[in-house]
Amino acid sequence: MATTKVPSLSPSAAPPVPTTGTSAGSAVVRLCGVTVRYGSTVALRETSEWADRGEWVGVIGPNGAGKTTLLRSVARLTSYQGHIEIDGVSTAGLSRRHLARLVAYVPQQPELPHDMPVADYVLLGRTPHIGYFGADSEADRRRCAELLARLGLEAMADRYLGTLSGGELQRAVLARAVAQDAPVLLLDEPTSALDLGRRVDALELVDELRREWGLTVLSAMHDLTLAAQFADRLILLADGEVAAVGRPSDVLDETLLGHHFGARVRVLRDEGELVVVPRRSRSTPPLGDRGGHDA
Amino acid sequence: MSTTLPQRTRGHPLGAELGPVPMSLPRRVSVRVPVLVATALLLAAVLLGISIGPADVPILTVLGVFVSHLPLLHLHSGASRLDQAIIWQIRLPRVVLAGLVGAMLASGGASYQGVFRNPLADPYLLGVAAGAGLGATIVIVSGPHMTELLPLAAFIGAVGAVTVTYLVGANAGLRASGASIVLAGVAVAALLTAVQTYLQQEHSQDLQQVYAWILGSFNVATWSDVLLILPYVTLSAVVLLAHRRLLDVLRVGEDEAGSLGVHATRVRLTIVAAATLGTAAAVAVSGLIGFVGIIVAHTVRLTAGSSYRVVMPVSMIGGAAFLILADLVARTAQAPGEIPIGVVTAFVGAPFFLFVLCSKRAQQGVR
Repeated sequence: MATTKVPSLSPSAAPPVPTTGTSAGSAVVRLCGVTVRYGSTVALRETSEWADRGEWVGVIGPNGAGKTTLLRSVARLTSYQGHIEIDGVSTAGLSRRHLARLVAYVPQQPELPHDMPVADYVLLGRTPHIGYFGADSEADRRRCAELLARLGLEAMADRYLGTLSGGELQRAVLARAVAQDAPVLLLDEPTSALDLGRRVDALELVDELRREWGLTVLSAMHDLTLAAQFADRLILLADGEVAAVGRPSDVLDETLLGHHFGARVRVLRDEGELVVVPRRSRSTPPLGDRGGHDA
Repeated sequence: MSTTLPQRTRGHPLGAELGPVPMSLPRRVSVRVPVLVATALLLAAVLLGISIGPADVPILTVLGVFVSHLPLLHLHSGASRLDQAIIWQIRLPRVVLAGLVGAMLASGGASYQGVFRNPLADPYLLGVAAGAGLGATIVIVSGPHMTELLPLAAFIGAVGAVTVTYLVGANAGLRASGASIVLAGVAVAALLTAVQTYLQQEHSQDLQQVYAWILGSFNVATWSDVLLILPYVTLSAVVLLAHRRLLDVLRVGEDEAGSLGVHATRVRLTIVAAATLGTAAAVAVSGLIGFVGIIVAHTVRLTAGSSYRVVMPVSMIGGAAFLILADLVARTAQAPGEIPIGVVTAFVGAPFFLFVLCSKRAQQGVR
């Protein structure tokens, strides 16, 4: 088990759970037989998984496999059958506000009001700590300032979201999520809108933050190479069921991926890191060999 | 190897070189200046509204009358008994009523735009206007002995229409979404308007009276009208102001508001109920005054910022000022006749709004 144990520094993180020796004993997030139905379609079937404290669990799988549904059920944004616990407490009995102090969620396409200043947007993350009719306090704004500085957004605090680049927006969204001071961070395809360099930057930042504060990260990821590089463990979903779980080197298997993604892939090793390379489904002859066009 | 391989860079540019945490806090949404400006505008509108009319009362006299009523000062205004009567019995109730209705329509519009995340939403979106129109028409066509029931009928019609809209819309589809409620509102409004038009055609002798009510007016405003709507408007205003921060949270959508710990559907229901109650009360005494709900809130957004912590209070004050001034134009421009106030709000408001819209589009990007 490649679990990374980091001491919890986050003020709102729950006290450490005594480790019983098995990995599952220190689980922060635990799903027991979770099933989600959309009408007659089963999006997630009898899923029982967990994530340890400080662990990064990547959820991979083809489109429609149930990755987003799994994350949404942990954030209780969809109704489900079964049982989900955060730090040993069933989320079903928690108030929305209480749950938002335990779980922060970044959807695949966050709603970004174009005329909202970055600082105001990040302050929205403090909502679970502010009373229903309350206003943000000095402490909330200080936390927000810390995060803006930590995520390199200081200079943009007063800028409108509509004027930010994709990479800056991604950091603003991440800042809002971590402003919740929740020990569990759910990220749905956090890099889908970013270029190659910004993808690595964004994931590197998530990795730093989780190590600093002992966050548990559960993220749906499309890029399998990046998933292998950043996640401690991978859950491969297919058709709403768990097809494989384990360390990236175990899950990223050519036959397994080929079968579930319906594609030909090569898994290469480069300086100890796994690289998943898609291959064309038909082999195409080089241009010059297509015949008939040479004079 | 030919594939492009993203390398993990250990030393992240945002990493260790960051110094100690700076203490320059993000600024608060600045509410004070816009509120002060709007309040100054409102005071000016109130003074002008009281002073100008068929018999002009000088503004200094108006001020003197107000000051003489302040406790502990024992000043004498020197105003004639006639001036006093004009101020207290004719002008002031009309100005106060226009102010309350304007505040309600503007903040109701801002609220609906917030909960449905639709810039075109106005307080009549869910059927308030159609319901009130039908209620009023039923009373008018039932005969002249019923006219004192008109505000009650309009109020019941408005609240009833929105209730039906909400019940139908919120139960449509897999989960209650803003869009299905808005669509239900369109259908309910169409149905009620059809019934109202039918009644109107059946009783064509009352057409003028129905039409006059629909265009709105304050020409019979009394203190009893003010007292009639004051409880509803106050309750509504308090609830809407209390929800101004939550309206900002709703701007990121229902799902994300939910993940931030806000029960979006519950907040939306509360805001819609409060806005409907206030708007229905306003419409019951004023008729259907259009356009206020759209232009005031958007003018505030374009000039003072889009946070509901600004938009809500400033729309309330600015809406009051706007409708007092519109009523002033309505009763003086063609004196002794009156122009329907709905005509004034659109005729004056539309070009002004277009001006604000055009002048602000060019300078977007910085706060």
